[in-house]
Amino acid sequence: MIGPNGSGKSTLVNCLSGTLVHETGTVRFEGRDLAGLKPHERTRRGLARSFQLPRPFASLSVADNIRVPLLYAAASRRGRHLGEREITDRIAEVLEAMALTDRARHFPRDLTQVDMRKLELGRAMAAEPTLLIADEAMAGLSNSEVEDIVALLIRLNETGITVILIEHIMKAVMQFSQRLVVLVSGRKIADGPPAEVVRHPEVERAYLGQ
Amino acid sequence: MRNSLFILVVSLVAAAVFAAALLLRSDYLLFAGYTVLQFVVLATAWNILGGYTGYVNFGTAAFFAVGAYTSVFLHKAFPLPVPVMVVVAGAVAGLLGFGMGYLTLRLRGAFFSIATLALAVVLQTVVVNWHYVGGSRGAYILRPPAGPIAGLSYIEYLFLIMLALAALSLIAARAIECSRLGYGFAAIRDDELAAEANGVPTLRLKLIATTISGAFMGMAGAPFPSYIGYIEPASAFGLPYAVNAIAMPMIGGTTSWAGPLIGAVLLGSLQQIATVTISSAVNLLIVGLLLVGFVIVAPNGIVGLWQRFFGRNRTSWRPSSKSTASASGSAASSPSTPSA
Repeated sequence: MIGPNGSGKSTLVNCLSGTLVHETGTVRFEGRDLAGLKPHERTRRGLARSFQLPRPFASLSVADNIRVPLLYAAASRRGRHLGEREITDRIAEVLEAMALTDRARHFPRDLTQVDMRKLELGRAMAAEPTLLIADEAMAGLSNSEVEDIVALLIRLNETGITVILIEHIMKAVMQFSQRLVVLVSGRKIADGPPAEVVRHPEVERAYLGQ
Repeated sequence: MRNSLFILVVSLVAAAVFAAALLLRSDYLLFAGYTVLQFVVLATAWNILGGYTGYVNFGTAAFFAVGAYTSVFLHKAFPLPVPVMVVVAGAVAGLLGFGMGYLTLRLRGAFFSIATLALAVVLQTVVVNWHYVGGSRGAYILRPPAGPIAGLSYIEYLFLIMLALAALSLIAARAIECSRLGYGFAAIRDDELAAEANGVPTLRLKLIATTISGAFMGMAGAPFPSYIGYIEPASAFGLPYAVNAIAMPMIGGTTSWAGPLIGAVLLGSLQQIATVTISSAVNLLIVGLLLVGFVIVAPNGIVGLWQRFFGRNRTSWRPSSKSTASASGSAASSPSTPSA
């Protein structure tokens, strides 16, 4: 999903994840209306999100940041509490997938910007979602770091997680997306294959400034 | 350390403290020790909500007084042994904590704290106007000379009860800290929005925290009328309880069960020494000065200083043999086309 600043992308994410209560319309996920469900209940149903600005649990180590969604979201999705060995192994898997194994015992304050983004995605992955909404997971990163995050998102997608990527970096968007939605002033103006959508006259006018 | 080992260690230390108290045979030391132990319970109870979840409760005195006045009520209505009154007072104060949490936990930061302060004012007004428990005149509790345990004076008996409560509160606090609940509390403290997004039921966990915290504060107050012999609203709802319950964990460190213990023993002992050497009027001055000093020099308290100098960070994760594979290349593999 793309759109100029102020087009309502983050507001939409907040409505989908339950952080904001929408006044009109419905949010349906896997055939069920999510109205009235709190954010943690939506996460437990398989709808995870990462934040535009990383929001790590500052007093917990990187490994324990991953532990929180395992203890709550993943346990709820599996319908049982996970044993300590199971949790330890799962933390290791997530850290390895996010290339954060050597940072496991560090605290978020010691992480670089790109590692913070990986931690955000790692926590979302640990929640074992079927849908991940990645809200500007690459903002402010260098080209090589963007490549890293795109690679991570593709790996997550390959594990069966549908990813809604909200992004300004068009190179990443074109590389990653199978379907592109354009939002302008809270209104969807285009929806389709990325190559077609970016040539859409209204998109060019509204988003690309032409 | 495993929970069972921790329980054994705490029990042994408590037994040693009690044996030392009996050997010293000093009524003053028993009174002073009781006060310090009472602060250990109050500080640990405050920390379960204020330290673990980050919700600052200014209403400690209200919970303490509810425990104390539950005892007074029971003493007049259905005289019961002190341990039973402690349990009933804990249940009443726990219910009060649950109710307070339900009504106020949608408030955050200073607004929540002001609401807890208001609770103390409201409850004090209720007690002042409740003549059955003494109203503003207060109530006398006549203490029998001997306790129900053979060979123990009543003061030794109350000391033993408070020692057991202190041990129980420390065991509970540590068990919470190392459990699923503790990680949920820490997530709430660090970032409530992110906690929700990671599946943590924040409101439910905060209600659990207010209930447990309130229950322990009430239990700490239950033996108080028997200990002091006379209770009136101004002393039971006294400012020192609220101030000490906040200052002790903050000076000791709020993120660990050890912080409130260290803070309560340090500040409680200092206040007892100041009371007999200078005046009890300087007690809150000592607390205030230490609190200001620690906030400036060591905002994470003594436990935080220890962690900074000795590198003891809290993380329970150790890679198992299965999980020691190198991370390199695992995630940064060449991107391929995403699947549907």
